[in-house]
Amino acid sequence: MPIISNVTCPVCGSLCDDIEILVENNKVVKVKNACGLGESKFLNYNGHRLRKPLIRKNGELVEASIKEAIRRSAEILADAAYPILYGWSNTSCEAIRVGLELAEEIGGVIDNTSTVCHGPSVLSIQDVGYSTCTLGQIRHRADLVIYWGSNPWSAHPRHIERYTAFTQGRFQASIWYRYLAHLSAYRARRRLLRALKLSSVREAPTIEAEAGLPPTLFRKERKMIVVDVRRTRTADIADYFLQVEPNKDYEVLEALRALIRDEEIDMDTVAGVPVETLEELADVMIGCKFGVLFFGVGLTMSMGKLRNIDTAICMVRDLNRYTKFIIMPMRGHFNVTGSNVVSTWQTGYPYAVDFSHGYPRYNPGETSVVDILARGESDASLIVASDPVAHFPKAAVENLVRNPVIVIDPEPTPTTLMADVVFPSSFVGIETEGTAYRMDHVPLPLKKIVEPPSGCLSDMEILQRILAEVRKIKRETAEVA
Amino acid sequence: MKVTLLTGRTLRQGQGKEYGKLSERYLKSVAVCEMDPDDMKRLGIRENENVKIATNYGSVVVKAVKSLRAPHPSAVFVPYGPWISLVMSSKTHGTGMPSLKGVTAEVNPAPTEPVLSLPELLKRHFKKE
Ligand code: SF4
Repeated sequence: MPIISNVTCPVCGSLCDDIEILVENNKVVKVKNACGLGESKFLNYNGHRLRKPLIRKNGELVEASIKEAIRRSAEILADAAYPILYGWSNTSCEAIRVGLELAEEIGGVIDNTSTVCHGPSVLSIQDVGYSTCTLGQIRHRADLVIYWGSNPWSAHPRHIERYTAFTQGRFQASIWYRYLAHLSAYRARRRLLRALKLSSVREAPTIEAEAGLPPTLFRKERKMIVVDVRRTRTADIADYFLQVEPNKDYEVLEALRALIRDEEIDMDTVAGVPVETLEELADVMIGCKFGVLFFGVGLTMSMGKLRNIDTAICMVRDLNRYTKFIIMPMRGHFNVTGSNVVSTWQTGYPYAVDFSHGYPRYNPGETSVVDILARGESDASLIVASDPVAHFPKAAVENLVRNPVIVIDPEPTPTTLMADVVFPSSFVGIETEGTAYRMDHVPLPLKKIVEPPSGCLSDMEILQRILAEVRKIKRETAEVA
Repeated sequence: MKVTLLTGRTLRQGQGKEYGKLSERYLKSVAVCEMDPDDMKRLGIRENENVKIATNYGSVVVKAVKSLRAPHPSAVFVPYGPWISLVMSSKTHGTGMPSLKGVTAEVNPAPTEPVLSLPELLKRHFKKE
């Protein structure tokens, strides 16, 4: 039985490339090294997929031939005055490149999912720049790891184990044993509390009773801090969890900046956090040898958006006067970084690129899909490997489905249910090879481990055929005219 | 009751998604509202009873579940998905990104209203000619 090793997991931006897969009769039967998310994708991807192209006729989606579906899509796109091409973070760089060519050909707007997750991070990186490095550096050297507004336990389950606190680096030891001690203490405390609550003791002490930072934070070894608006799973395993009030990250970041620069703060608390705690935290940050701040959509999606990232980057810049500190966004989908990178090589801009003038134009807030949809300006759309119907606000979805929607996706989703043309594609990284970029901008190869079902083309092939057909239609109309 | 609505990813939502977005498992993993047990008591809701989340932009019915991450009084958490998207604003304040975290909302018991399945939800809210 063939075991395929060094497979890259096509699920989240950590892109773990050490997965081992056992294949029997063209089926994945066993997965090793992957986390819960990765494993359920490898084992279940085939259970619920699209197999035939669909076209909407008289209000119903009916099966069609691939040729018919290509022709229909090409007609829709060639006819449209202001089409949008959206998705791209769950496909290969090769497919994205064809998508950009298509966008230019039809004068559309091409945008990727970073517009609704780390778009603000990109904007502020363009504004103030940032200091960063690869995950390998962090694994071997970082002695202070901060996750801010990000919950890797749930969204990037192996990030901590592979790249940060629980990994055995060359110069930094793993701290998982501390986590175990921490966890059993936490459990014991919970049990005690529950017992106290049940017994007649009226005022049970609360868990949050301890003040100040725990002593482990002042040790030389690796340490991990989580900052978030709620106590996440990741927070449970950290050495210290700092809870800030919702929408107040900006205040906390600015306060920390002031403290790092040795300025006084004339208040007792900031966003619910005592200033003394922040002072200690600033000391820990200054005192580390190599710190890293990972930030998630908790910062980009709450009030302040890109301004939160601006200050986070500026704080890291301030810290670099005393020590080495870097900052990195926790990118979600496996190739969302790739969609930014490919778009930047080809057009000069990372997302929200508008070709309607014949040359690329970029103005997020105007040329970003949610805004275009909210204003009701687009008249057709092509969605690749993404599900805007499930994730966009209602008003945007209403305008999306009012016009023709073409979807390329291996799986049925709310968006395919509302589509006019649906192409079943093969799974990139399982049935098709390609390239994807990890969150630290390291490109990794995606493998083909099984054959796709017959009739399922790759995203890239489908896009190439639509592009060829659009060009043909254009030639035909030019000849008639 | 007035609450701050937080949204995000969960491990169960990520796994549910891999079982297919039209699966029961996906519905169970995202059409939920994680609440502080004390808030639930205050509203008189028990685990798995229906609640209605309403904002200025819309409303939706989901199941209330006890948060394992309490205490977080008057903050509720709902995983990303088609249900919660119905109450989000499409304003992006010039950034391209709608605000999905820290939205002010109203949560109330809705014993008589059902949690819509995905096809029903799409039919009810979006028209396709
Ligand atoms: S952490 Fe991400 S890339 Fe790694 S195995 Fe899990 S889902 Fe896959």
